[in-house]
Amino acid sequence: MSRTDTYVVVGAGQAGGRAAEAIRGAGFSGRLVVVGAERVRPYERPPLSKQVLTGAAAPDTAFLRAPDYYDEHGIELMLNQRVEAIDRGSARLTLAGGETLAYDKLLLATGSRVRRLALPGSELAGIHYLRDLDDSLTIAKALRAGARVVIVGGGYIGLEVAAAARKRGCAVTVLEAGDGLMRRQVAEEVGDWYADLHRRHGVEIVTGANVEAFEGGSRVQAVRLADGTAYPADLAVVGVGILPNVELAADAGLEVDDGIVVDACGRTSDPAIFAAGDVTRHPNPILGRRVRLESWQNAQNQAVAAGRTMAGEETPYAQVPWFWSDQYDVNLQMVGLPDRVDRLVRRGDPEGGAFTLFYLKDGRIVGANAVNSAKDIAPTRKFIETGAKPDPDMLSDPETSLKKVLKAAG
Amino acid sequence: MADQNVEWHAVAKASELEAEEPEFAKVGDTLVCVVRLDDGIYAINDVCTHEFAQLSEGFVDGCEIECPLHQARFNLKTGKCTELPAEDDVASYPVKVEGDDVYVGLPKG
Repeated sequence: MSRTDTYVVVGAGQAGGRAAEAIRGAGFSGRLVVVGAERVRPYERPPLSKQVLTGAAAPDTAFLRAPDYYDEHGIELMLNQRVEAIDRGSARLTLAGGETLAYDKLLLATGSRVRRLALPGSELAGIHYLRDLDDSLTIAKALRAGARVVIVGGGYIGLEVAAAARKRGCAVTVLEAGDGLMRRQVAEEVGDWYADLHRRHGVEIVTGANVEAFEGGSRVQAVRLADGTAYPADLAVVGVGILPNVELAADAGLEVDDGIVVDACGRTSDPAIFAAGDVTRHPNPILGRRVRLESWQNAQNQAVAAGRTMAGEETPYAQVPWFWSDQYDVNLQMVGLPDRVDRLVRRGDPEGGAFTLFYLKDGRIVGANAVNSAKDIAPTRKFIETGAKPDPDMLSDPETSLKKVLKAAG
Repeated sequence: MADQNVEWHAVAKASELEAEEPEFAKVGDTLVCVVRLDDGIYAINDVCTHEFAQLSEGFVDGCEIECPLHQARFNLKTGKCTELPAEDDVASYPVKVEGDDVYVGLPKG
């Protein structure tokens, strides 16, 4: 590394922003450029489906840093700018305007995009997707009291939008194709608990809903299911998952496998190119497998590890995956990525509104869903990291602190 | 911090403070997190500097405490922030034990 080197970060989301900070923080003194397709400096996305939608927080609270930060740290932000291609032979990027940008090292933090439905009527006005700040502001504006909102998808995004829409006085219907809510993310009984929560807040939940078409003239007026039922809508919000933006990497011949393949330090198959955040498929030593994660934690911490490594401070990323969702006044946190589970242990009382469900395999905790029980997450992570076997009776007793359960497990 | 600049407040019973099990106390408008570690009792401000969350609900790991909301970390002995997403330190307060009473020294005024 020399003072005259240029490091370029492609993507100015949370991962790109945190990676750039880490590159500087680790002592890189050359030119550092962050190229971003959006019009604004790096921000984090969790508030977009929560406080920004409800109006509880100003949109600018989502920004990672104050505007001056980037100048002060010699980080050049090239916003509103897309990268069209990477020429690895000459180590140059081609930007959308045709200009080129040379790099000595490159970090790809191209993130994800929403999965779009291709159904009859998909092009109608009033059908929204939520990914970036502008999407959030547009939806927030459309959530007028009394508006009929039909949400397609009963995962985190759909349900957080449902909660925000109820808070704004909209009539809300959630259409979920599966047989319960958040089936990919949480245990069935937790998903069912959430269905009750939403119903108590006046949301109509429809499961097994196979959406067939959006109906309307120029604007959406209804969402129709395969069984013919039509749900009248002033607006629709679709939250059916995201796809990693791997094309730039794939076109450049980097190894891609549902995500840009990187090592524990964020290196791609080209030693001059790193990748960070949602778009990566990286090894997780605690889980013992490669994962691609769509999470705030990963967008921050895996990016910090990759950025540091790029600046010469070898930093493997090794954390237990962790996610959260806020709906109404309920905080849900999930830790671990359990695949096979042979026992569930409950701690606390679902009726009382706060409980944690632990996933066990061969006597070891491999994950947990904590409902209004955030404090259970850190000790659970310790269990997952160490493989310690808890006493299930102690684990299920809310009067015994998890710290004690952990100590007893040795 | 010199004694004359602080006001001492009894916040806990030493015999009731279990190792690495944080306790919470409210002194006026100030929320305080009190923890017994191997080498003594420490007190820091209880409110995470990232978003509102009480650190006393968090997890003690060595001489650090982790915020239950977004896993920011603070050194219990100094208040220093050691992990994102928080960036600012929390206040650290002097502690003294008299008999079984744990006192925390808060700035005067």
